Amino acid sequence: MTTFAALGYLVAAVCFILALRGLSSPATSQQGNRIGIAGMAIAVLVTLFVLPDPGFGSYLLIVVGIAIGGSIGAVIAQRIPMTAMPQLVAGFHSLVGLAAVFVAAAALYSPEAYGITDPEGRIRGMSLIEMGLGTVIGAVTFTGSVIAFAKLQGLMRSAPILLPSRHVINIAIGAAILLLIILFAATESTVAFWLMTLLAFAIGVLLIIPIGGADMPVVISMLNSYSGWAAAGIGFTLSNPLLIITGALVGSSGAILSYIMCKGMNRSFVNVILGGFGEAAAAAGAIQDRTVKAGSAEDAAFIMKNARNVIIVPGYGMAVAQAQHAVRELMDTLAEEGVDVKFAIHPVAGRMPGHMNVLLAEANVPYDVVHEMEDINNDFQAADVAYVIGANDITNPAAKTDRTSPIYGMPILDVERAKAVFFVKRSMAPGYAGIENELFFKDNTMMLFGDAKKMTEEIVRSME
Amino acid sequence: MTEIDPGIYNLIIFVLAIFVGYYVVWSVTPALHTPLMSVTNAISSVIIVGALIATGPAGFSFSKVMGFLAVILASVNIFGGFLVTQRMLGMFKRRG
Repeated sequence: MTTFAALGYLVAAVCFILALRGLSSPATSQQGNRIGIAGMAIAVLVTLFVLPDPGFGSYLLIVVGIAIGGSIGAVIAQRIPMTAMPQLVAGFHSLVGLAAVFVAAAALYSPEAYGITDPEGRIRGMSLIEMGLGTVIGAVTFTGSVIAFAKLQGLMRSAPILLPSRHVINIAIGAAILLLIILFAATESTVAFWLMTLLAFAIGVLLIIPIGGADMPVVISMLNSYSGWAAAGIGFTLSNPLLIITGALVGSSGAILSYIMCKGMNRSFVNVILGGFGEAAAAAGAIQDRTVKAGSAEDAAFIMKNARNVIIVPGYGMAVAQAQHAVRELMDTLAEEGVDVKFAIHPVAGRMPGHMNVLLAEANVPYDVVHEMEDINNDFQAADVAYVIGANDITNPAAKTDRTSPIYGMPILDVERAKAVFFVKRSMAPGYAGIENELFFKDNTMMLFGDAKKMTEEIVRSME
Repeated sequence: MTEIDPGIYNLIIFVLAIFVGYYVVWSVTPALHTPLMSVTNAISSVIIVGALIATGPAGFSFSKVMGFLAVILASVNIFGGFLVTQRMLGMFKRRG
């Protein structure tokens, strides 16, 4: 690598850091993203400039590759509905993982192109270990993300799939991969390389299938992190500082998001990864014969119209029902009546971190009325109405009171403190954790049975 | 200082970059965590640098095929990731 290239990569790395830094506020975020794009352009151009005798054919091939991939990416980015962001991000992670495997294979078969050989023409032992690690993490990211994509897209059941003695199988495969990496580093054997890649593909699948739908925020964050570590691993192999820096940035970003998501559920990372959450409780939970108060859209409309302030609590159900635009109409109608409307977002609402914020932004809800849990939780006691739409476990007071509950200790939105709670729900079926929501049986709760979108639209109509 | 393995410099860069990432990412507002994921996705596709080097040499080789495929995959991510992030960020507006 030339000094010129190294300096170019430094500039690109600084651009990427500034791109992340821009996300500290919506006001600076778009500028940050543009700086990120500039960084990527610099990285690509510098690399093309210093390629050793590429010839016209190679340049043509590269341009064709970028044109194919770029147009696919651009079309997807324009067309994807915001409700599908979780599966899109999962899909994109899988591509980074697979690209890492391909680059590692390319480096293994043509090490001289990367200048990673010793004087005898063999790849250095340390580079081989790094290559092995980068490949394995990339391969796990690839298949793991494909499974996450399939679950989120509804191509396969999102419920946990629990193989018998799955932990034994996983540990055995993990040990085999470790042995193969050592063998690979010692012998530079291509057979060992492909074998460990295959095993890593398998373990990517096995790791994700036992994890259920509502734990997907952790899974996506974790795979985000892995895609970064894979890039860093390849960076070590190729001794490329830009890949190392970027991989470290992305890796720590995903790790922090995983941590925030786990904390939002009061569960350890290990507990989420071992999978199977919600299954046991769903099997054991007896059907209770308690009565709830059910109301109509007219009832809700009358009370909301006469309220001073309303806090809307959206969850994954809002995304499923595509109800974000109806919710925005509700907000506007209430605002015309002089009602103060705010939104309360739980950290694990939806299927990925921040998903609710994007959906509300898409529906033109201004971001300064959308609040995080810790900022708004004290406001519920002064609220006349809490309108819960498509959320369930994150509002369950049992998390605070019932020590036997699987969600005990999970931070929840204190909706039960509002004077009246309207809970939109299709039926009395329990939420993801497989447990009854105590909130339904409170005196101040009124259940609104129906589709989230239709119910919200009906309320708006009843108010006009 | 003459006998330091060059790999150590990579390790130094790596560890310091993790610290930078740690502090920068904690300063990201939770409202923008979805764009954070899509943009980290886009920038981790800087792995395209490795793919370009593999595609570079003249003549046909297995590595060149791998490199070409990786260029396509990474490009999907770079364009898709940055554009979808821009699209999302454009939706976040203040009141009034």
